Amino acid sequence: MNIMVVGVGGQGTLLTSRIIGKTALQAGFDVKLSEVHGMAQRGGSVVTFVRFGEKVYEPVVEEGNVDVLISFERLEAKRYAHFLKKDGVLIVNDCRIDPMTVVIGAKTYPENIIEALSKDHTVYKIDGGAIAKELGNSKVLNSVVLGLAAKHIGFSEEQWIEVLQKTVPQKTIEINTLAFKAGYEK
Amino acid sequence: MDEKIIMLGNDAIARGAFEAGVKVSSAYPGTPSTEISEILAKYEEVYTEWAPNEKVAVEVAAGASISGVRSLACMKHVGLNVASDPVYTLSYTGVNGGMVIVVADDPGLASSQNEQDTRMIARSAHLPVLEPSDSQEAKEFIKFAYEISEKYDTPVILRTTTKLSHSQSIVELNDRVVPEDKVYERSVPKYVMMPASAIARHKVVEAREDKLAVDSCNFFVNKIEDGDKKIGFITSGVAYQYVKEVMPTASVLKLGMVNPLPKKLIEDFISSVETVYVFEELEPVIEEQVRSWGLNVKGKECFTKQGEYSANLLKKVLFGADDVVFEKEETPNRPPILCPGCPHRSVFSVLNKLKIHAAGDIGCYTLGAVAPLNVIDTTICMGASISALHGIEKAKGKEFIKNWVAVIGDSTFLHTGVNSLINMVYNKSTATVLILDNRTTGMTGHQEHAATGKTLKGEDTFAIDLAVLCKSVGVKNVIEVNAFDIANLEKTIKQSVNGDELTVIIAKAPCALLKGQKFPNKCVPVAEKCVQCGMCLKIGCPALTKTPNGIKIDETMCNGCGLCMSYCKFGAIEKVGR
Repeated sequence: MNIMVVGVGGQGTLLTSRIIGKTALQAGFDVKLSEVHGMAQRGGSVVTFVRFGEKVYEPVVEEGNVDVLISFERLEAKRYAHFLKKDGVLIVNDCRIDPMTVVIGAKTYPENIIEALSKDHTVYKIDGGAIAKELGNSKVLNSVVLGLAAKHIGFSEEQWIEVLQKTVPQKTIEINTLAFKAGYEK
Repeated sequence: MDEKIIMLGNDAIARGAFEAGVKVSSAYPGTPSTEISEILAKYEEVYTEWAPNEKVAVEVAAGASISGVRSLACMKHVGLNVASDPVYTLSYTGVNGGMVIVVADDPGLASSQNEQDTRMIARSAHLPVLEPSDSQEAKEFIKFAYEISEKYDTPVILRTTTKLSHSQSIVELNDRVVPEDKVYERSVPKYVMMPASAIARHKVVEAREDKLAVDSCNFFVNKIEDGDKKIGFITSGVAYQYVKEVMPTASVLKLGMVNPLPKKLIEDFISSVETVYVFEELEPVIEEQVRSWGLNVKGKECFTKQGEYSANLLKKVLFGADDVVFEKEETPNRPPILCPGCPHRSVFSVLNKLKIHAAGDIGCYTLGAVAPLNVIDTTICMGASISALHGIEKAKGKEFIKNWVAVIGDSTFLHTGVNSLINMVYNKSTATVLILDNRTTGMTGHQEHAATGKTLKGEDTFAIDLAVLCKSVGVKNVIEVNAFDIANLEKTIKQSVNGDELTVIIAKAPCALLKGQKFPNKCVPVAEKCVQCGMCLKIGCPALTKTPNGIKIDETMCNGCGLCMSYCKFGAIEKVGR
């Protein structure tokens, strides 16, 4: 299984891929994760990969090989949709963050991204930010989105929640669990 | 202990050093090597430190080794250039306790100024190089590196790359085993590299490398994986994973030691397989040596010398097609940017307003080169801003640099910038140097340095005062300003560039991401006053966006620094409490 998690620096992309990796390890699979560091944390586009199976060699997933693409932002979904397999699934958090190229007016933010992507791909969208805010902490949006993605990755809800609770900060265990469930039940 | 966990490559390198019984480690941060030292610092048993630069780090590790303990120095590829002076000569002296230098290359330039290949330097320094291909190997190889180091009396380089350092795979943990300290014995022929000693040691170096080329044919890190005899690959590091991904049944010679090469093993492999490809990222280091032995292999005529390799790249060469099914669509790119509340943005907004050119340096502030700030003209290497500006003045005269400054961060200044400043003082510069003092090593993720008052282990220590340091080397005009006081900054910079004396301006304000920073305020637009002139957007803050109804400020991103407010002539932005 090949998973790609993309977003904008600071959205929790790394944490999400680590939870997926740990869940797969717990389930007895060989696992590899790959992350981009360095300049990415300065509001750039962030890409991480998780692969699991009997035996995994390459630590990244390449164009044409992604089973589940999780994007925390619309434009990032469009940017990386070509990584999907023909029958891959795209999970997209319905949120817009303008890149500097758009802010200064050099480029325009494309309209109707999700509708356009839905023509070629199986797309599930969710407004993770709104659901997280309702729960009382907009920062747990990544757990909401992960909840939705989890159903398309596999493993049981209990397996996911066990790892989630071991990975997130102690103080946020409860709200992250609620957020995950909200996404999972969508 | 046989716990299995998922571990970052850099984490595994640190764990391996710990298990190998390393006692002293010194490093300077640099992507993608930084986490090794941060993780190693958590082991109480190991002394770890940030050195001001990589040359110092290697010399510290050398001293520890000569005294008789296992030691470590870590750096990114360009850090090895800074450290190359001691590295070349330590190849002659050899070691007492084992010594390993971890060097992280960055093919694909995730966060670097060039794409150099550490194996080239290792070859000319005659140092053995080990190259793991996943986290488990990273841990095992560094332990093996200490064995070789002590057995063959040589520092050993462990080469990693961005993909290995920043990917995670499963690792089995072992306990720490500390070998008994070696006895220190004074030996002028071995440790005092004056000509008579060095002439003799050069012979030792050559003999050692010849012996390693023979012995390494039997090292466990070099192994033949028998398979299809029609097609075979000689490969190492992460590139091995791509080969296995694409050609699981091919014959593979996986090299864990990439310098010196195990000649006999390679000859045997090539003679047993019909067509052999050398699949190595960056320079044709293996390929050219193999060809020089009169053997026929395929290599860089098929595979690029640039960037990271991939399974798709290999598929394209072998089968003429990759796995891509959907076309890549044109999307506005999302380059990295200075964070909301970043003090560099404030300084750059003033330089931009004054139309001043900046000789730049290595750090987050390199991002000042791009729109909308557009102030950095040059970025070469650590410390080069100050010396390059000096060169410009000496070439074109003092009038030419009336609209130039050098900009350098606090950590970079202490790394190698201070040498360049001494040169300016000595050689009568009239330039303006701006030290962007954000109290941390920002770009690599907030590491302490000699002016922060904390060590890598988190202990309190003396904090070097940058202003006092500059004055003490002879700079008469040293001016400290608040980086967010743009009126004062403008006045000070104007005065300084137009003056005839060397001036150092230290623009002070902590990095917005630094732990413990409090942001009690936020900036909010006042719609009825906004004339949509766009002045506030010129500072390039990501919290600000233009909408048909005026300016919008994202309240979760805004840190309330007030820079946008300072540039609004209409009072259409206000600072309010959260």
